[in-house]
Amino acid sequence: MRAYVNGIGALGPGLCGWPATSAVLAGKDCYREKEPAHPAVTILPPNEHRRSSDPVRWAVHVAQEAIAQAKAEPRDLATVFASSCGEAGVLDRICAALATPQRQVSPTLFHQSVHNAAAGYWGIATGCQRSSTALSCYDSSFSCGLVEAAAYLCMDEEPVLLVAYDLPPPPPLFAARPVRAKFAVALTLTYRPGSNSFAVLDIELKDRSLQPPTIMNDRDLEALRLATPAARSLPLLSAIAKGQSTSVCIDYLNQPLLIGVAPWTF
Amino acid sequence: MEPLVLSAYTVVTALGRGLEPTYEALLSRHSSLQPCHFEDVDIHAYTGQVEGLETRSVGSGLGRFDCRNNRLALLGLEQDGFLQAARNASERYGNNRVAVLLGTSTSGVLTTEHAYRERDLKTGALPNSFIECCRTTHDMFSVADFVRAYLHLSGPAMVISTACSSSAKVFAAASRFIKAGFCDAAIVGGADSLCLTTLYGFSALDLMSTGVCRPCDENRDGLALGEAAGFALLETADRAVKTGAVALVGYGESTDGYHMSHPQPDGMGAIKAMQAALARAQAKPDDIDYINLHGTATRANDLAEDRAVNAVFGDRIPCSSTKGWTGHTLGAAGIVETVISALCLTRGLVPGSLNTRRVDPALRCRVALENDFCSIKRVLTNFFGFGGNNCSLVLERL
Repeated sequence: MRAYVNGIGALGPGLCGWPATSAVLAGKDCYREKEPAHPAVTILPPNEHRRSSDPVRWAVHVAQEAIAQAKAEPRDLATVFASSCGEAGVLDRICAALATPQRQVSPTLFHQSVHNAAAGYWGIATGCQRSSTALSCYDSSFSCGLVEAAAYLCMDEEPVLLVAYDLPPPPPLFAARPVRAKFAVALTLTYRPGSNSFAVLDIELKDRSLQPPTIMNDRDLEALRLATPAARSLPLLSAIAKGQSTSVCIDYLNQPLLIGVAPWTF
Repeated sequence: MEPLVLSAYTVVTALGRGLEPTYEALLSRHSSLQPCHFEDVDIHAYTGQVEGLETRSVGSGLGRFDCRNNRLALLGLEQDGFLQAARNASERYGNNRVAVLLGTSTSGVLTTEHAYRERDLKTGALPNSFIECCRTTHDMFSVADFVRAYLHLSGPAMVISTACSSSAKVFAAASRFIKAGFCDAAIVGGADSLCLTTLYGFSALDLMSTGVCRPCDENRDGLALGEAAGFALLETADRAVKTGAVALVGYGESTDGYHMSHPQPDGMGAIKAMQAALARAQAKPDDIDYINLHGTATRANDLAEDRAVNAVFGDRIPCSSTKGWTGHTLGAAGIVETVISALCLTRGLVPGSLNTRRVDPALRCRVALENDFCSIKRVLTNFFGFGGNNCSLVLERL
């Protein structure tokens, strides 16, 4: 399965935007893991922005960056939103409310609790009416999202925006799902190369094998990769940033997802 | 698209376990909805609650998965020979070539709701018993993880959670995964079980009827929640027994891009989903013999869906919602109503909308009120979820 990369958005500790992230991953800048990252979402209408959760803002932020880089019209892209924890913060507030004698659930909070909240807000912000999948696959959520996006390209040959995002759940849920870092990444993918394509991916799901996942050489980046499901994308992003032909391996449950990565110039 | 045969399929709702009690209820026009008696919930609503889940468990070896949602999923797997069909598929294709693609909206959140009542008074910490099983109960991926473990499958898997279109979109995902070569066959479906989040949440949104739901009725006043699990084994037509079987021949996915919980009034997103499903099935609107509506019985859904169906199909094709039988099973609605549509196809039944007394005169579609027996070849079924997420499927009797 072949996919062309036309835009990337990235946001994480010390990784604010694709230009900065790319420079760090290519080894041109050192990684400052303590530098905080904040989403700057500009496309959500004020009411939606006010109501939106942190995961929604992180997801929409990187989606916006990837679309801008690809010079794409957001209404033209189907979307795949991949997240393990989803709206854990909203669920925490609902479960806390349900544990009180009154059991008063805020209606706004309830409709924000769906796993496809980020996808829904993206649709409202852009007016996009194309297909949108919101999925969850524990620590393999990024690779699963890439597989779903690749399968979509294969079937429909239309562009896809893949967004993977995970933020630490608030306490007390954190103890049960200790995702330790915030990270979000977005890739705009096309079936055919275009004038904005800059990398090509060959995605193949292998049989069970002993092939281990590709890890990050930098100790702090490797810690980030393991800290949050969305950051399992870092080896792939790193290969794209380096602009060399290589292959990376990311676990998709029991199977290795082997991704050939090469630079592309039109 | 290449048709995908539903080689085996089953469903458990409050109507009963498996295809036969489901079909019998359709015939006898017996609703499963009753005044809500779920736990200590104190809201005036009717629900379709599956009995017997409180006293079951998911069994030895997989105890970590034990929660209402996975109990319901297991009950689904056990009906209509589905377990055997899944095992046969695993042997035929290889256990890493059969994908498990399931839908749910709230997964095992009921377990989390209970755990929040038992938080440590001083620290606020959740009980250790919950912390240990959060991944296998509360987690959104839990139901696919469980089914995969139960069936000893090790291929691709995921949970799609797009509210009420969840377990319809898994049919589309299976089509894509098979076309792209990520798997050879897929187990699709899902489970969604009653929980306080949805009962109190829909109540807070003022979208729940205080009685049975009455889809398309002029006096409809909201939905009734149900719970359900169901599964289908999907195989390409060249590898499956075709005669008399039901196949997925089209799907369409779209979004409204309009509002998180209100449908787009002109139904434009829904229209796009239906048109895409027809195009993929290479079918014209008149090739459809029956439309199984999303038909939640809220004022806004039924009106917007009617506008959309009418724009695509006119007023010739009989339509009905089967939620009067099962309630709205949310993330499981996709598999429940797909299985009901398959029953309608194989047995030649157009079910008349249950609990609907007088069709809302504002609606333009041909809403069937009585059961009608006739030969039907193709059914279109609709699913619309929060976040404006839409999916339509076209099923055909081969």
